Amino acid sequence: MKKENDHGKPGHKYGMVINLDKCTGCGTCMVACAAENNVSVRPDQSDKQRTITWMRLYKISNGKDFPDTEISYFPRPCMHCDHHPPCVSVCVATATKLDFHTGIVSQIYTRCIGCRYCQAACPYGARYFNWWDAYFPKGKGLDRYLSPEVSPRMRGVVEKCTFCHHRLMRAKTQAYAEDRREIEENEYQTACTQACPAGAITFGDLNNPEHQVAKLIKHPFTFRLLERLGTEPKVYYYSSRDWVRKLGDNFLPGEYQPVVKGTWMNEEWSTKPGRDTF
Amino acid sequence: MDSVLLPHGVKRCSPWAFFFWTLPWLGLLAWGGLSAFLCLWKGLNQTNMSNVFAFALWIVFDLAVIALGAGAFFTGFLTYIIGKKELKNIINTAVIIGFICYSGAMAMLGIDIGQPIRGWFIFWHANIHSMLVEVSFCITCYLMVLAIEFIPIILENRKLEEIKELRFFGRNLHEIMAVFAATGTFLSFFHQGSLGGMFGVMYARPFAAREGFYIWPWTFFLFVLSAIACGPLFTILCTKLTEFLTRKKLVPDSAIQLLAKISGWLLSLYMVLKIFDYLGWMYGVVPRAGLTFESFFKEGPYGVWMVVVEMIFCGILPAIILMTPEGRKNQGWLIVASLLTCIGVVLNRFLFIIVTLAIPVMPFDRFWSYLPTWQEWGIGLAVVGYGFLVFSLAYRYLPVFPKERELNPIAES
Repeated sequence: MKKENDHGKPGHKYGMVINLDKCTGCGTCMVACAAENNVSVRPDQSDKQRTITWMRLYKISNGKDFPDTEISYFPRPCMHCDHHPPCVSVCVATATKLDFHTGIVSQIYTRCIGCRYCQAACPYGARYFNWWDAYFPKGKGLDRYLSPEVSPRMRGVVEKCTFCHHRLMRAKTQAYAEDRREIEENEYQTACTQACPAGAITFGDLNNPEHQVAKLIKHPFTFRLLERLGTEPKVYYYSSRDWVRKLGDNFLPGEYQPVVKGTWMNEEWSTKPGRDTF
Repeated sequence: MDSVLLPHGVKRCSPWAFFFWTLPWLGLLAWGGLSAFLCLWKGLNQTNMSNVFAFALWIVFDLAVIALGAGAFFTGFLTYIIGKKELKNIINTAVIIGFICYSGAMAMLGIDIGQPIRGWFIFWHANIHSMLVEVSFCITCYLMVLAIEFIPIILENRKLEEIKELRFFGRNLHEIMAVFAATGTFLSFFHQGSLGGMFGVMYARPFAAREGFYIWPWTFFLFVLSAIACGPLFTILCTKLTEFLTRKKLVPDSAIQLLAKISGWLLSLYMVLKIFDYLGWMYGVVPRAGLTFESFFKEGPYGVWMVVVEMIFCGILPAIILMTPEGRKNQGWLIVASLLTCIGVVLNRFLFIIVTLAIPVMPFDRFWSYLPTWQEWGIGLAVVGYGFLVFSLAYRYLPVFPKERELNPIAES
């Protein structure tokens, strides 16, 4: 990631922290995302291998029997991998790019040829192919909710979470109209962030120390999904539970180190290690 | 009926017998045609591919036929560049099989992409970092080279040869074939390698990811080596099948034995490197990702047995048969070894494509399995039908086997 943009100012690096302790698994983030981004539906959405859910909610469990069973919900948007994203270098037609000014991994639908190599390369399953023509059932209200800011996708192309890039464009346009060069933290927030009733999602510029996300990612409870593969996701997760953090990556026996003590903003944190030996 | 088109001094079946022989292959083509129409008209929802199995049966077929068709460039390299003259007796077969494999693969790829009309974007908006771009460029160029190599064989048809200009053109093209053989070798080396590289560079898929040399993962070199080992053996298999069906000896043993011997050594080298590759991967890439070899096979229909079959029964065993003179001189063993090698290479491609995608990377995700639809089988098998049809037509109307007349003299009546 380039540290500076063309104007010599520090580049932005938009990212997200999802607090899994707060997530109730209500699915509002999924609905808000789909509505915001004109995600096409099917009359029958039960074939989960072929439906499109830019933000997908997984239910994870500690695998223990009652009364020790614990579950957690795990929202998974595109990770917007920072270093050499697996999908970007493989795309044949340069239809997906990592924007060095924002850190957002974009998808150019009109350039995608639908070879699906990016899907094969992504370990998060965050990329979705349009197996059918775009469909928004008429007479049920869905067609009236379509956003004019987001182009619907045609059959045969891949789509994915864009961190609601159009909202960034909107915020920038507003800022330029007001003769500002920078946008405030609250001016650019993704749909899932704003919709979450539990306030579990925090979004902002990871490069800006004033932004909440930049502070949250320093917390010892914060981790990234499949971090050791080296994809450097810009989506972070927060959980005080060891077994949840452990499920964020693959570990050989004895490799996982539970968080015992951590320093965060000069404050001593102690957790409950061994509360759940997974 | 078509006797004026048949090569001089050789015996062919009656036109009716030939017509009935082509019927099953035409049937496969019709099935494939219907499947292709449905896929292009209704979309790829006609398949059982999904967001998990983004690559499926067609890519397995593509990679398999491209590896099996490698006999064309490698035999060309041995014949024209290294100067193994006895291989001139089998080079036509290798070129025709190569042409069939590559053109079939290209046709299949055209249907496999979601937006076939945008296929040219690969060249126009090429992402030079993508291995698939290298594959596309090299395969397209190499198909043209194969077409050029095929033209002189077509122009040797009895009727076409009567036209002076065509005869002159064909002969001259034949004279400069070494240039095309060299070009083909260069192009093929890179696309066979890039096909392997495609999977090796998927660094976030630990089952496929490999370390490597500079920008090339080890799969790059292993795919080249496995292709040049199995390609000539597939050419031998096709020759033997033709000999069996026509009840004639078509290629002198010297050519077959030389190819089998070279393939045997290449296969042995491939197996040695493949063992090192597996070990390096098991003790390098896999533990670094926090995984173990067994963790890839703890669920789902794909098991360790596939690796065992690939390495032992379809790798080491045929390598031993082909390296021992007694083994490869025995017709039965030669065919078994060739068949096993080809199966092994196809299995290798299957592992890299289907098993890679079936294994979840996220610890809380599940294993997946996949079964193709009849439309997918239709398009895959259409390539087989197309291959039989083109090769049958070539055998009937063109002097594909230069020694056929000499080995099968027709008794003067």
